[in-house]
Amino acid sequence: MAQIKAPPGGAFLIEEAELDGVLIPEELSAEARLMARTTEEFIRKEVLPVTDRLEAHEEGLNARLMRSAGELGLLAGGIPEVFGGLDLPKSTLTLQSEMIALASSFAVTVGAHTQIGTLPILYFGTEEQKRKYLPRLASGETIGAFALSEAESGSDALSAKTRATLTPDGRRYVLNGTKMWISNAAFADLFTVFAKADGEQFTAFLVERNTPGLSIGREEHKLGIRGSSTCRVILEDVQIPVDSVIGEVGKGYRVALYILNIGRFGLGAGALGTSRELLRHSAKYANQRVQFGSRISSYGLIQHKLAEMAVRMFTLESMLYRTAGYWDVLFAGVDASAEGSADELRAVTEEYAIECAILKFYGSEVLDYVADEGLQIHGGNGYSEEFPMARAYRDARINRIFEGTNEINRLTLLDQVLRRAQKGRLALPQAAAKLKEAVLSLAPRSSDLSADPLDEVGEWIRQIRNATLYAAGQAWETLGVKIADLQEVAAAIADMSAVLFALESGWLRARKLAASGSPRSGLALSAIQVYGADACAQVEQWSRYVISAISDGDTRRTHAAVLRRILKPPLVDTVTLRRQLARSVIELEAYPW
Amino acid sequence: MRILVPIKRTPDPNSLVRLTADAQIDLDGCKWIVNPFDEIALEEAVRQREAGLDAEIVVVSIGPEEAADQLRACLAMGADRAIHVCCNRSLEPIQTAHLLAAVVATEQPDLILMGKQAIDGDQNQTGQMLAGRLGWPQATFASTITISDNHTTAVVEREVDTGRETLQVRLPAVVTADLRLAEPRYVALPAIIRARNKPMANVAVDDLGGVPDCGVRTVGYELPPSRAPGVMLPDAASLAAKIREAVQ
Repeated sequence: MAQIKAPPGGAFLIEEAELDGVLIPEELSAEARLMARTTEEFIRKEVLPVTDRLEAHEEGLNARLMRSAGELGLLAGGIPEVFGGLDLPKSTLTLQSEMIALASSFAVTVGAHTQIGTLPILYFGTEEQKRKYLPRLASGETIGAFALSEAESGSDALSAKTRATLTPDGRRYVLNGTKMWISNAAFADLFTVFAKADGEQFTAFLVERNTPGLSIGREEHKLGIRGSSTCRVILEDVQIPVDSVIGEVGKGYRVALYILNIGRFGLGAGALGTSRELLRHSAKYANQRVQFGSRISSYGLIQHKLAEMAVRMFTLESMLYRTAGYWDVLFAGVDASAEGSADELRAVTEEYAIECAILKFYGSEVLDYVADEGLQIHGGNGYSEEFPMARAYRDARINRIFEGTNEINRLTLLDQVLRRAQKGRLALPQAAAKLKEAVLSLAPRSSDLSADPLDEVGEWIRQIRNATLYAAGQAWETLGVKIADLQEVAAAIADMSAVLFALESGWLRARKLAASGSPRSGLALSAIQVYGADACAQVEQWSRYVISAISDGDTRRTHAAVLRRILKPPLVDTVTLRRQLARSVIELEAYPW
Repeated sequence: MRILVPIKRTPDPNSLVRLTADAQIDLDGCKWIVNPFDEIALEEAVRQREAGLDAEIVVVSIGPEEAADQLRACLAMGADRAIHVCCNRSLEPIQTAHLLAAVVATEQPDLILMGKQAIDGDQNQTGQMLAGRLGWPQATFASTITISDNHTTAVVEREVDTGRETLQVRLPAVVTADLRLAEPRYVALPAIIRARNKPMANVAVDDLGGVPDCGVRTVGYELPPSRAPGVMLPDAASLAAKIREAVQ
């Protein structure tokens, strides 16, 4: 088998990917599917039937379900075998996250435990901390939680007021403060608490639940995910030994950033899993509901919604498994059981921070679209709690807020791109300069009638990449580091990058499906044609928005002329294509890939 | 003792099965599972062993290359080893029974425990035909199985139309599982990983003497006619009127 390479993070911004290194979900192993089946059965049989009881916060129910999940190995996948875990590939875990997300509240409980509740120890803990806690976290005997936010410190995590004061004998820290929005708080046994050592040095600490002085507030009354526990964690003179520090004193921001990065990927996977279920509900309802003598699934505007859901999910799924596949290649080169492997693990984890930011905001917005339009398809019944859409709509909304708001994630994306460019990890300035030279010699193309429709989409991708590079390059040239202050421009560049990554990932998958003769390849082509045609128009709008904000007069007109040479949005009959996609969704009453 | 559990790879009943334009069964996008009745049979075998029975559990499947996935799932559920008879054609029950009998000749099991039927063809014949071919006793539709301490007999409770019937059979015998025999466990992830190293033998159909002709020929497939939608009647009187109308 050919040696599979994983490109550096963000490389999609400057160059086309090698088809060989791209994982598509159709290639997942039988073992991954079998594990996903166990997960799905557990969620459908044990968790979904008790949703109401979970939402009523029945005492002990969440903890019992977590123990059962732990016994099946559903909490151990990300932990190395030496620490009682299963050490599963990221791609297998991604499919598992999708299945857990069939139960939105429980998915938050699991995610808060396996990701942000466990990974600080895995990535930053001492050998002793790992040996002590990881096996029990893997089995679900210990439930983890992550206490970062405070009432006045959300996105601006470093402004936290919780203090950790070293005792005069230097053997203990005394924690004081109140953490807010802490998932799993009601039943967690172990908290990763962020506090400022001596009022200045932002640091992560491990605090066990039974430590005197730690108390839990009442359950927050939330819009959605009511079956998950969210409380304040109150720390009053909580004394912990100095070896409870995770990582280094004063380096808590590193812990927070790394861990949130992975949490973002998991959130994208969960968004897809939930969307899958909501598309099933929506297609089924559209097939049953009769108005004006016909099923509403026969009407164009309903078909548009169903097709658009499937298209967006297809691009999200393609991005998720492409990234998971790259990760698996990199993780395969790291021996997680070796002492001192944490540095390598962290480096690999951080590699795809740009992609993770995209998966977070893109994924949560796909889910919001699916939940919102799914509810719309249900009409008045969608607004009733008797049908599943109302709860789904409420549950979906949090995803745009937690794990870093979507606004923060858009800014993070640009921040990461600039950092990597400055460090020479991403040859973005070079690519932008090369484009600027080449753009004057670009010949106008007629791209509408290409022999191979896949090649035509490939041409759109090149145009989108060039427009993104041009807009980002010009913004950088004009504003320098001040680009971060012009948040609107930063977000537009993030959106262009996301659309580029989404379309290219879907396109690579469609090419692989076509090459393997898959019966679903025709449908995949339709999906990327629909998505690509709309993406070209969007990118044209965003790029004009960026150059208009950073320039004026003749310069602006020159930029606009260059963009017209770079980008030629195609004319595509997406009405017919969407109707074709909708037919598959309606027939299968499910996501068609 | 040795328990042989034949299993079949079948479409997930939640998958949509359609006909293609040229009236062939369209299984594109279909999920595949272990036939649920076979899964129940395997679960019962594993439980018997967990309850103290000294038994080796061998699963066998006759099916395409991909049936290895289902065998792997069975190994994760607790089977000790698997036999994969590679066969890409669709078989009639008599043909399956013929091939299984050849496997039995090699494996010499004390008990064959299998589903009462497969959920794809719903034929409910293979177990009976296998017992007939082997000349072994059979107990079909089992809802409980008790194996004697010396492994020479089994007492099987079976569900029949009039209630329950209890049979005692000499071993070796063929017992087929009904729905209530045992509820299959979740296949735990650590068990799936452990199953990676369990042995799976590949056997060619030719090594078992080939597939005999059985005289059955598939002429074609067609979907049952779609049912006309029902009507809501306002009251019992109009229902009575409708019935009178239909009877006349």
